[in-house]
Amino acid sequence: LPQDEPVPLAFFVHDAEIVVSLEKTLAGQTVETEKVLDIIYQPQAVFRVRAVTRCTSSLEGHTEAVISVAFSPTGKYLASGSGDTTVRFWDLSTETPQFTAKGHRHWVLSIAWSPDGKKLASGCKNSQIFLWDPATGNQIGRVLAGHSKWITCLCWEPLHINPECRYLASASKDGSIRIWDTLMGRCDKILTSHTQSVTCVKWGGDGLLYSSSQDRTIKVWRSQDGVLCRTLQGHAHWVNTMALSTDYVLRTGAFEPAEATINPQDVSGSLAELKDKAQQRYDQVRGQEPERLVSGSDDFTLFLWRPAEDKKPLERMTGHQALINQVLFSPDTRIIASASFDKSIKLWDGRTGKYLTSLRGHVSAVYQIAWSADSRLLVSGSSDSTLKVWDAKMKKLAIDLPGHADEVYATDWSPDGQRVASGGKDKCLRIWRR
Amino acid sequence: GKWEVPVPKVRAQGETEVLKVIRTGKRKKKAWKRMVTKVCFVGDGFTRKPPKYERFIRPMGLRFKKAHVTHPELKATFCLPILGVKKNPSSPLYTTLGVIGVSTKGTVIEVNVSELGLVTQGGKVIWGKYAQVTNSPENDGCINAVLLV
Repeated sequence: LPQDEPVPLAFFVHDAEIVVSLEKTLAGQTVETEKVLDIIYQPQAVFRVRAVTRCTSSLEGHTEAVISVAFSPTGKYLASGSGDTTVRFWDLSTETPQFTAKGHRHWVLSIAWSPDGKKLASGCKNSQIFLWDPATGNQIGRVLAGHSKWITCLCWEPLHINPECRYLASASKDGSIRIWDTLMGRCDKILTSHTQSVTCVKWGGDGLLYSSSQDRTIKVWRSQDGVLCRTLQGHAHWVNTMALSTDYVLRTGAFEPAEATINPQDVSGSLAELKDKAQQRYDQVRGQEPERLVSGSDDFTLFLWRPAEDKKPLERMTGHQALINQVLFSPDTRIIASASFDKSIKLWDGRTGKYLTSLRGHVSAVYQIAWSADSRLLVSGSSDSTLKVWDAKMKKLAIDLPGHADEVYATDWSPDGQRVASGGKDKCLRIWRR
Repeated sequence: GKWEVPVPKVRAQGETEVLKVIRTGKRKKKAWKRMVTKVCFVGDGFTRKPPKYERFIRPMGLRFKKAHVTHPELKATFCLPILGVKKNPSSPLYTTLGVIGVSTKGTVIEVNVSELGLVTQGGKVIWGKYAQVTNSPENDGCINAVLLV
């Protein structure tokens, strides 16, 4: 096939990847010598992210445990929310503290970057949402208050739908989801239907909003008018977490990780250009099929859904022996990784939900995972105070990263692939690089 | 100071209390054998010496492999396998000779803690820790210990 540049390919025979040689892969399968063998190839990411091996800095500053850590979509800024009610911004070029955003009066439970990287939203236990400007550390606009109980999750509207990054969805323990207009500083819509706490909310790229709740259901809403479309039932206990197949591309917006530079820059261009670029990237990742949604629950199983089409799940993925804390699609949507309290991470096929392998190595519950931008590496942070980098192709442990003094609550890999940030109970944020 | 343990003072046990004299021989005159009357730990690969030559008898009914170990901070108790006896405060004979490992109140034992999932700052997994026995196992039928963190 005529291509602009040579693309690395992965070859699969009967769903088993050819890692060493065709002979070795066939040895494990029963193949008739007279039948024609189909070898399927899949293009992989052109750029290669190098595994992080060392801790370059341990940033102190928070006075309580660090609960969430997030890189901005281009990898230029790093923000962390903590139990000491502050959100801190860190300067990545010198690896020192930059701004401390004070304003919340209770623990900061979740943070979310807008897809253009210009705003950070943070939700606290007092059910307030603040917006911050990463370039100055100051608050933007007014406090968004309206929920009656604490905020569990925040999610921005994707860039390709609205390049101004105006709307923000927030999920709360009071069972409602509010869509806020950040420009006017007021609540636009309130979506109520869940009977118990909403644990996660995701804004899909096709105009649908997905929310999972402790009432064991996942509800699909139309983001245009806030009408409930579907209720996906099937789980037997709280639905803790959800992931969309297009999650990574919605998070990075118009930024293409393959074009990352050593010094991360903001994506430049007019709003229309950004919207086009984001739309292109979204279409490429999504392909022909509708978005897929995977949900992980306290009942130790995951469900794979196609929420835009059907209310019956595609596949029920069992195997974990304790509750599932986080599920993530790989950036190229081919693999699903699930982190659980049973000390293991399981990898599943992203399209069919078939079980691939278990990654064992942690000695305690795995709290959060993060994929590298080329989908080849996975980093996981656990309550045993270590982070581990796994090779997704070899399905083995690549590098062990000890160093934290106590449990690691949050991990994130920057979209340009250069750094991994992790924070936890020991109140210090660690940055890991190659 | 550096070697503080939860149970510092322990009543010393005399030899007549711990070791019972066993009389052998055709006229039961020979009295060189001793039987241990307290709970003891023998390792995995323990095999008795030929009965004619063994001086110390450790009855199978008094051999234990597991201990109920309490973590002092978490206040949770786990049933962990014993790896060995480190020190018995009554007499060095009971520990260092290696012939007898006697567990009684105040003894420091080593237990297998891989179940707790502890990791050092260097990233190594901790699988053995010391614990101090806090009850009299020969009276209770089980070994209760406190983990020395």
